[in-house]
Amino acid sequence: MSKIEAKAEVTGSVWKILAVVGSRLEAGDTIMILESMKMEIPVMAEDGGTLLALSVAEGEAVREGQVVAVLED
Amino acid sequence: MAMFKKVVVANRGAVAARVLRSLRALGLPSVAVYSEADANAPYLALAQEALCIGPAPARESYLNADKLLEVVRRTGADGLHPGYGFLSENAVFAAQVEATGARFIGPSPHWIEAMGHKTRARELAARHGMPVGLGSSVLAGDADAMLRTAQAIGYPVLVKPASGGGGIGMLPARSPQELLGAIERAASMAQRGFANAEVYLERLVDRPRHVEFQILGDRHGGLVHLHERDCSVQRRHQKLIEESPAPGLDRKVVGALADRIAGTLRSMGYDNIGTVEMLMGPDGEFSFLEMNTRLQVEHGVTEEVSGVDLVAAQVRSAAGERLADFLPASIPIRGHAIQARVYAEDPKRFFPSPGRLDVFVPPCDPEVRVECGYAQGQEVTPHYDPLLAKVIVHAASRDEAIERLMKALRAFRIEGVKNNIPALLEILAAPEFRAGNVHTGLLADVMNHPVRA
Repeated sequence: MSKIEAKAEVTGSVWKILAVVGSRLEAGDTIMILESMKMEIPVMAEDGGTLLALSVAEGEAVREGQVVAVLED
Repeated sequence: MAMFKKVVVANRGAVAARVLRSLRALGLPSVAVYSEADANAPYLALAQEALCIGPAPARESYLNADKLLEVVRRTGADGLHPGYGFLSENAVFAAQVEATGARFIGPSPHWIEAMGHKTRARELAARHGMPVGLGSSVLAGDADAMLRTAQAIGYPVLVKPASGGGGIGMLPARSPQELLGAIERAASMAQRGFANAEVYLERLVDRPRHVEFQILGDRHGGLVHLHERDCSVQRRHQKLIEESPAPGLDRKVVGALADRIAGTLRSMGYDNIGTVEMLMGPDGEFSFLEMNTRLQVEHGVTEEVSGVDLVAAQVRSAAGERLADFLPASIPIRGHAIQARVYAEDPKRFFPSPGRLDVFVPPCDPEVRVECGYAQGQEVTPHYDPLLAKVIVHAASRDEAIERLMKALRAFRIEGVKNNIPALLEILAAPEFRAGNVHTGLLADVMNHPVRA
């Protein structure tokens, strides 16, 4: 099993966290939705895996490239 | 009512600068407002007074009605211009402004209300004889009911927020399988963007052209149109390049439609600025999309070809002047004007790119009109929309306008924040754009099949 880091593609803030820590996600599932300049950008699980941890909370600012979640396949 | 004594501009950036400029030209004292993020913004210097209205997030500043009303009361202003976006189409806010004794510079609150709800606006337009495309009223009921509604319209359909606007929150559904998911996602976007989860369906027109008509009314029953704009070049349903007149259309047909729309709105008593947005299908048929009861981002191209200062006209009309007293009897279209929107986005995926404008030097050609919201050294934050500047050119012909616009965009220096100028140049150079074969899918076509000119 390996750890996968999901990163923010934009600088903005965390609007909504959709996935629950500990749950099993399929490829393409949305972990959270970021918001920047009135645009919504989903952070998705590229491959399937278990959501190990979230490193951000709703409302928090994020920078492009920042790790926002860790999954384990 | 006499001319205003003092006007609050309840907005920021490029549109605040634009409105303040016209107020200055009219000799009217003005009040600007700013959030903590805009404390060093260049538009503030254009007003006589500037008041801080709160922290950066829009909800706590530019969308904070209480703060804005407090500014009106504290400064003793007798007028408020809302710009575009933010509270400009919020009927409750407009009524609150009027309740303070100051005048809201825009149409009467009941017009904002009537046109703000998109399905009711469609029904109103249809009742008054405007062509309206296939669509539904607000979706209600269970999944089966929604599927039946979509079936009756015919796929593909577009799910749209009923309290929406600005191209935000629209999702296509090409089959029954896609419909329910699209409705759920659109409703959630609608709730977030417009505090109202109501959505409706429209038939998705293939490769439509977005053609809109500029309207100006007064409080004495006067109303004129100032011709049309073509805003077909879009990304994520938001306009990128706008022009007037619309290329390649039969002027008699467009003129007749403009006259018909103006006649309808005149008979309905519309009383300030507005734009009627239409879609033109591949068969040349026009259908009513929505009406925006405010100044639009692309109003500048109409000003260039008509010679009319739309903001000043709006202000005069709101002050009680008659259009006939300050507009020429006949307003023909002179030449061709095009506007390009420069966004703080990467030019490939159009993702927002906040950051510091280390270099921000607009083109300094006196023939090129640039409306800027920022100055070099400022931070572009994630809190507002990504518009950095509007570049507007006017020339004798469309070809000349395109050349002049491309030259201006190439001369625009921006560093520190990604921007969409490379994408704008690609579109302007594209043979399809040159030929005037514009439609809302053009950007995708050009980006997927770039042709080196």
